[in-house]
Amino acid sequence: MTEAIKLIIDGNSVTVPPGTTILSAAAELGTEIPTICYHDHCSSYGICRLCVVEVEDARVLQPACVAEVRDGMNVHTRSPRVERSRRTILEMLDSAVNLNEAPEIQAQLRDYDANPKRFENGAKRESIIIDDNPMFVRDYSQCVLCWRCVQVCAEDAQYTYAINFSGRGFETSIDTFFNQSLPESTCVFCGQCVDVCPTGALKPKREWLLEQGQTPDEIMQLTRMERRGRRRSG
Amino acid sequence: MIEADRVVSTVCPYCGVGCGMDLHLKDDFIFKVTSDHNNIVNKGNLCVKGRYGYDMIYSKKRVTEPLMRKTPQRAGERSQAFDLDEWRQVSWDEALDYTADRLVEIYERDGSDAMAVYCCAKATNEDNYLLQKMFRALFRTNNVDHCTRLCHAASVVALQMAIGSASMSNTAAEVIKTDVFIVTGSNTAETHPIIGLQMKEAVEKYGSKLIVVDPRRVELANWATLWLPQMPGTDVTVFAAMAHVIIEEKLYNQEFIDQRTEGFEDFAKSMEKFTPEFAESISGVDRNLIIEAARMYATAERAAIYWALGISESTHGVDNAFSLIHLALLTGHIGREGTGLNPLRGQNNVQGASDMGAIPWHYPGYMEVDDPASADIWEKAWNVEPGGLNQEKGLTTTEILSNVGEGGVRALYIMGENPMMAEPNLNVTRHHMENLEFLAVHDLFINESGAYADVILPGASWAEKDGTFTNTDRRVQRIRKALEPRGHSLPDVEIISGLAKRIEDRLGRPGSAYWDYRDPEQVLIEMGEVVSAYRGIRYERLDEVGLQTPVPDEDHPGTPFLFEETFPRGRGKFHLLEYVPSAEAPDHEYPLILTTGRLLEHWHGGTMTRNSQLDVLYPEALVEMNRVDAARTGVKSGDTVRVSSRRGSIVLRANVTEKANLGVVFIPWHFHEAAANLLTLDELDPVAKIPEYKACAVRVELASEDELVNPEARTRRGRW
Repeated sequence: MTEAIKLIIDGNSVTVPPGTTILSAAAELGTEIPTICYHDHCSSYGICRLCVVEVEDARVLQPACVAEVRDGMNVHTRSPRVERSRRTILEMLDSAVNLNEAPEIQAQLRDYDANPKRFENGAKRESIIIDDNPMFVRDYSQCVLCWRCVQVCAEDAQYTYAINFSGRGFETSIDTFFNQSLPESTCVFCGQCVDVCPTGALKPKREWLLEQGQTPDEIMQLTRMERRGRRRSG
Repeated sequence: MIEADRVVSTVCPYCGVGCGMDLHLKDDFIFKVTSDHNNIVNKGNLCVKGRYGYDMIYSKKRVTEPLMRKTPQRAGERSQAFDLDEWRQVSWDEALDYTADRLVEIYERDGSDAMAVYCCAKATNEDNYLLQKMFRALFRTNNVDHCTRLCHAASVVALQMAIGSASMSNTAAEVIKTDVFIVTGSNTAETHPIIGLQMKEAVEKYGSKLIVVDPRRVELANWATLWLPQMPGTDVTVFAAMAHVIIEEKLYNQEFIDQRTEGFEDFAKSMEKFTPEFAESISGVDRNLIIEAARMYATAERAAIYWALGISESTHGVDNAFSLIHLALLTGHIGREGTGLNPLRGQNNVQGASDMGAIPWHYPGYMEVDDPASADIWEKAWNVEPGGLNQEKGLTTTEILSNVGEGGVRALYIMGENPMMAEPNLNVTRHHMENLEFLAVHDLFINESGAYADVILPGASWAEKDGTFTNTDRRVQRIRKALEPRGHSLPDVEIISGLAKRIEDRLGRPGSAYWDYRDPEQVLIEMGEVVSAYRGIRYERLDEVGLQTPVPDEDHPGTPFLFEETFPRGRGKFHLLEYVPSAEAPDHEYPLILTTGRLLEHWHGGTMTRNSQLDVLYPEALVEMNRVDAARTGVKSGDTVRVSSRRGSIVLRANVTEKANLGVVFIPWHFHEAAANLLTLDELDPVAKIPEYKACAVRVELASEDELVNPEARTRRGRW
């Protein structure tokens, strides 16, 4: 078995142990590959495809967060093909999802010169703000479906399995099972999901109330019923 | 999006896990809590209390001015005052002068035995060290205790007698390195949620096998290879039968027994009668499960035992703990990584408060109070004249209250504890509180105990002061001041020092012990000069990940696991065991066994969590019942029931659930509207003096919803 794998990333040679992902190998060289769904402390599934890189002799672009290095690999992290792919992903996300509270993705949009008009007439992901518990609110119009919340609710941290994907295609969203309110689901309100959310889709209720213009004093004077949140309709 | 103007790293104030957390503040308002994913203790995970339970510091009900009772209170006629109108706001000078006057008056009239103090396992090491120093050095009393008495006292006593040290032997996170682990008397997933996650991870990702021994089908039972549901109070028979099997089948570690233990031969004989058949007849656990569990534990390469209050809170809690210790001594599953005897400590700083000497039998560092050599050392440290310290063992938490009255305890100082929720059989506790001549309470809220006080000294919350906590696996960590104390509340070190100086003046001993501290670190250093386990601790050394005691010098890296070479008492000692039935058995009139405990969303007497948004998430007490018991009484989930014991009765709603085993009902003790401790039994373990919270006989009958104190509060939750 090979002790170390040698490969070339953007013309620079690097040696890493077997099993290393292209993303980590690039980081060794100080090359940052952009990601959305990837999180240092979650399992990687290559969902968002923003981290794709071009590997010579490979048929399609490879997701750097899950693709492992091979000996002699020659990787291009910012080739025109890679740039085009990333830009399209960002433009599509931007057309469908409210990214106002995702500063990292905003920076990527600028970095890749994304055209906000390209999918101007595309459908928007719409959602009411779900305020069904005292701890945090959910606004799935800001959700990029990175799946981190589902992962930490499952085997990445909490082993609680309160949420998962629901629906298909463009209608896909994150939800509890059977559309229950969070308190009625298996949720234990650990807030791990809120912690890893890369956008404003999941937010502590206190933060949300401050944004609504309430003062700390007003927030502390809310009644029990007001704090509990509305019961979810529909 | 709200931009934080400050982010402050600190440690969670709730349970003994000691999770690191970052408070995000905007204009002194904490709007978000996160945690560093690289934190060695909790890896970025928090539970609902850590993530959202901080808001009681902003509660409108918090006391932020010193208060004195308008109506003077007299022994025997003391009453509760929850309403602020019954109190007068006073200056700190007036409050501390008054407190010092009253304490000194009683001390000079009735002597040391009339004085008593409850220290606080929620407060910092520094706070606790100073408070016990005040009572020991100034009032010359050892009537110093805290809630460890109601918590792990039996585990502490048994571990001290068997191996000579009472803390968790291994680091909690080592559970992923164990092959087999036993969790007993602990609903870890709710009471130590982050250790619970590590246990689930051990099973799911590292192939560890879990054996749960618990009368409730606690959440972890869903991850267990074996679940042994014993009847409450029969633990000794189950674990002794496991020892019987290990001895009978020669699965023990002869080398370890020869080299590291004593008393094996007699012990082996005493185990002969504990056959699996006998254990089954008493505990109700299938004999085959006991045999399988014994083989699994004994034959594992690395095996560990984790336990909590289901073991210790019993009239035979010491025996229960012995029965677990024996398993480790028989098999040698101790003193290596991934093994060990691990009592999961409840409070964030119960380990620390005990280390600081907040116990009636020990000075800081577990030095015996009745040992003249120890007294001599502390007399020098505290500038007390030779022979000045009291060398009589003091009264324990429960004994302090039961000794209230003429010729007994007259004055009590309570820091942060709430005996009027926590003591067993509150019907009696109430009378003891009424009979106090003077009561000073140092807390954030007027809770059920503070309502009896003459004076309330508003302390600072954990977010408003600096200091250290020592978590369940002996890790000393820093808490950091994130905001100024609310209103005129003060950091506790300042309150205690201010009071101590006034007491010294009145006693005519000004400047005897030292009370002028520049910062809390100085307090810890003063203590470390005597207590070697803390000698090497400096605040700057704690900045990264804390240090696990013992830390004997400033270059020592800390101690992740104990007893590699030897036990503190030399050889581990086997103790002979007998099965003693619970103090109160179910009968025709009271046919069910009540066991009490905690919920994920709440903390102990509720002073913190019931004044938090956590209370919105889980606003009422529910009695958990098995469906068969429920059917017999005609109870359905959501019905209002009355639960009665020989001591009292409470009304609450029922939750019919598979979590409850046949014949056993469970009530959490957080809710004053239906205080479980009105029902419990005030019998004590003869050695450890810990009360029986986990088994008493009760009756359940249907009641009317009008009888609920707060019928609007409804809990609709889907979690396990």
